Amino acid sequence: MHEHDVIVVGAGGAGLRAAIAAQEAGADVAIVSKLHPVRSHTGAAEGGINAALRDADSWQDHAYDTMKGSDYLGDAPAVEALCQESPEEVIQLEHWGMPFSREEDGRVSQRPFGGLSFPRTTYAGAETGHQMLHTMYEQVVKRGVTVYDEWHVMDLAVTDEDDPADRTCHGVVAYDIQSGEVSGFRADNGVILATGGMGQVFDHTTNAVANTGDGVAMAYRAGVPMEDMEFIQFHPTTLPSTGVLISEGVRGEGGILYNENGERFMFEHGYANNDGELASRDVVSRAELTEVNEGRGIEDEYVHLDMRHLGEERILDRLENILHLAEDFEGADGLTEPMPVKPGQHYAMGGIETNEHGETAIDGLYAAGECACASVHGANRLGGNALPELIVFGKRAGRHAAGEDMGEAKVTTGKEGEWEPAEYEFEIEVGETGGQGPAAADGGAVASDAESVLGVAVERAKDRVDALLSRKGRNHAEIRSQVQETMTANVNVFREEGRLEETLGDLREAREAYKDVAVSDPSRTFNTDLIHTMETRNILDIAEALTMGALAREEFRGAHWRKEHQERKDENWLKHTFVTWNDGEPELWYKPTILEGEDKTYEPKSRSY
Amino acid sequence: MSTQIPKQTEESSETEAETDVASKGDERRTEKRRRAAEEQARRQAEEAEKAAADEDTIELKVFRYDPEVEGKQEPRFDTFHVPFTKGMTVLDALMYSRDSYDSSLTFRHSCRQAVCGSDAMFVNGGQKLACKTQIADLEEPIRVEPLPHAEVEKDLVVDMEHFYDQMEAVEPYFQTNEYPDDELAEQRQTRENREKVKMSTRCIWCGACMSSCNIAAGDNEYLGPAAINKAYRFAMDEREGEDIKQKRLEIIEQEHGVWRCQTQFSCTEVCPKDIPLTEHIQELKREAVKNNLKFW
Repeated sequence: MHEHDVIVVGAGGAGLRAAIAAQEAGADVAIVSKLHPVRSHTGAAEGGINAALRDADSWQDHAYDTMKGSDYLGDAPAVEALCQESPEEVIQLEHWGMPFSREEDGRVSQRPFGGLSFPRTTYAGAETGHQMLHTMYEQVVKRGVTVYDEWHVMDLAVTDEDDPADRTCHGVVAYDIQSGEVSGFRADNGVILATGGMGQVFDHTTNAVANTGDGVAMAYRAGVPMEDMEFIQFHPTTLPSTGVLISEGVRGEGGILYNENGERFMFEHGYANNDGELASRDVVSRAELTEVNEGRGIEDEYVHLDMRHLGEERILDRLENILHLAEDFEGADGLTEPMPVKPGQHYAMGGIETNEHGETAIDGLYAAGECACASVHGANRLGGNALPELIVFGKRAGRHAAGEDMGEAKVTTGKEGEWEPAEYEFEIEVGETGGQGPAAADGGAVASDAESVLGVAVERAKDRVDALLSRKGRNHAEIRSQVQETMTANVNVFREEGRLEETLGDLREAREAYKDVAVSDPSRTFNTDLIHTMETRNILDIAEALTMGALAREEFRGAHWRKEHQERKDENWLKHTFVTWNDGEPELWYKPTILEGEDKTYEPKSRSY
Repeated sequence: MSTQIPKQTEESSETEAETDVASKGDERRTEKRRRAAEEQARRQAEEAEKAAADEDTIELKVFRYDPEVEGKQEPRFDTFHVPFTKGMTVLDALMYSRDSYDSSLTFRHSCRQAVCGSDAMFVNGGQKLACKTQIADLEEPIRVEPLPHAEVEKDLVVDMEHFYDQMEAVEPYFQTNEYPDDELAEQRQTRENREKVKMSTRCIWCGACMSSCNIAAGDNEYLGPAAINKAYRFAMDEREGEDIKQKRLEIIEQEHGVWRCQTQFSCTEVCPKDIPLTEHIQELKREAVKNNLKFW
């Protein structure tokens, strides 16, 4: 058993920032991560960090752009916190030595990004995430924060009261990948989940193989609501064969999209008459797929992104990494030919419900970064808004968990205040498929002290590992790829009712199949077969909640497009979707969006670019 | 063989000791291990036959070792036949082999785009990132081994602790005594200076350089190319100031520092991010000499 004041799960941007903040606030903090920190997927972020740094810009303008980009599903108090604190956090990174790209006068450079009214995206070439991740890991090394790397967190140690709001999180249970040991990690002050994205729910994604939504799924099974899971960002420029991301920075610097006929379709086909290629990501992704579906795609699959006219000097200065990616992963030379691109899963706007301090509905449990939903991105995230979220909300969660008084939150958690149950009737049964299944349902023991709660959670985890290792059954890989295929085919950029229902049926079958899953590698040493098998369970839970939310939301908002419902319906749908696990029976419900900011209300306007 | 194998005798005696006090679960697992080894051998023989008949497949010979699984305690090479698709990388082929033939095949990987640095391995006798290495560029059969000069944990996974220790030995974090007065003001840096350190900041800690270095192989305390490059990244950053640069030069000038490098360029050749490692080491040597002359 290990014991610390604060346990941070995950070591990407949000986790590292949370750990640094908790330690600065005086806590004994440890990071537990299935990857060594520098392997985290924050390192793959390319474009930049939005921050209103200059006199001609303001946090208010950044907040306005973000609320509009969110299609009015962001919660204003969280959005305003993001925009107010991003400048100081960016300067903090700069003071930690992060090698930003520079202007002639030596100040940090900024470039235009989609949906922004001012060029406010700070960057380090097209490798901003890599530089940010390494800069923060350097600070973690400097401060001597304890890191348990290559420990896979399996579950939370949470008490088992009937109402999730009464439960307390006392720590986590983790599996040491190197030795096969299962151990409890007790957190006296709090657990912060910072496990990143869930792109592996889909099969064409910019996300890493490790991005299996572990934190979201374990919080969900412990009773924390998942929020707005149906809102998935499909990035308009990913390489067709691998899903590798080509930064929005290419379009920010002036890159142009062409269809097979050489038409600049964003303008010529009227998708975004003002902003063209720099319209919001959801708009550009739909435009590209419409071109392909109407027969104007190249090889019926993709479109071209051309940056040749920017010239070699500018490309090498600001986008060099893009040349390497296009060459290495698609065999295209960005200096002499246009690059093939198509939309790919990129980011989850939804996640673990938190308030603007990172608190969840369960006492002692926090979440920050992509796995969390505060919500700052609502129905669509703007490019350059993910990295500031990591540092602003990572820091907030770290401070709060360490015991700093941050005042009362304006965003609620759980069924506090106004909420309503969903009326939607699913034709397919959802949730746990009879019996306990290989992963137990929510909660831990009904036990008063932390020690026993951890003890029960550890025993259950050991049993689960033993069972998976000793019995015979089917391999998880086939189940995982079936889930990824059905999600990519049916819960993609364009969604329609029949196919969403069909997907729920496919997921039901996958759940049934998962009941017989087993690990064929019997080893306790570096058993990745076992880790992947446990991850696949997380993918299943998330895919189902996501599809449920997508079926029930009968409107078109942000990244969520519905064939049968071609308009945003503010009268009924200015509200967040929640799914709660409820001992194996997913429950769908809603809470209103908070549009009231500090000194203004963000009135929903029609969203055109 | 270029890979170091942990001592076998110790391992097997531990396994025996475990069996003495084995619970039912342990017995089942032991039995399962034996069955798994048999079954796997049979399956692979079948697949090899089937795939060899198919022309559009590639042949992969992969190093296998597991300290606790029967049949894998002696290192061996397994052959996998993988259907070739355009643009396929070594990582793709390994993932295919694992997901289709043998789920116990073990290797680190995550981002698939050469930025997480997890999947450096020894491919056809050279240190490569598996995700960035095209099958079409390689001669068959493709031989995949763990990084040389590191302890093998299992299959293609090596112990990275020593590499991390060396990285952390050079005070790998920004230090300065000269912050701007205004908290929200930037520490200005010229474009030229950023350009100067740019390549050094691209390191993804994959360990390919360290594995390729003859000096590091013979001197376990040698800081190695990656750590010295990390020191370079800060020593050359004009925002750190002269007194800190002084301290940094002392660190890299220690007995197992820059002077060990014999400029063989093997690190530079294998670096998947094209960092001119040897040049950086040479430049630090020159800086150190200049610095020492100052006090004469």
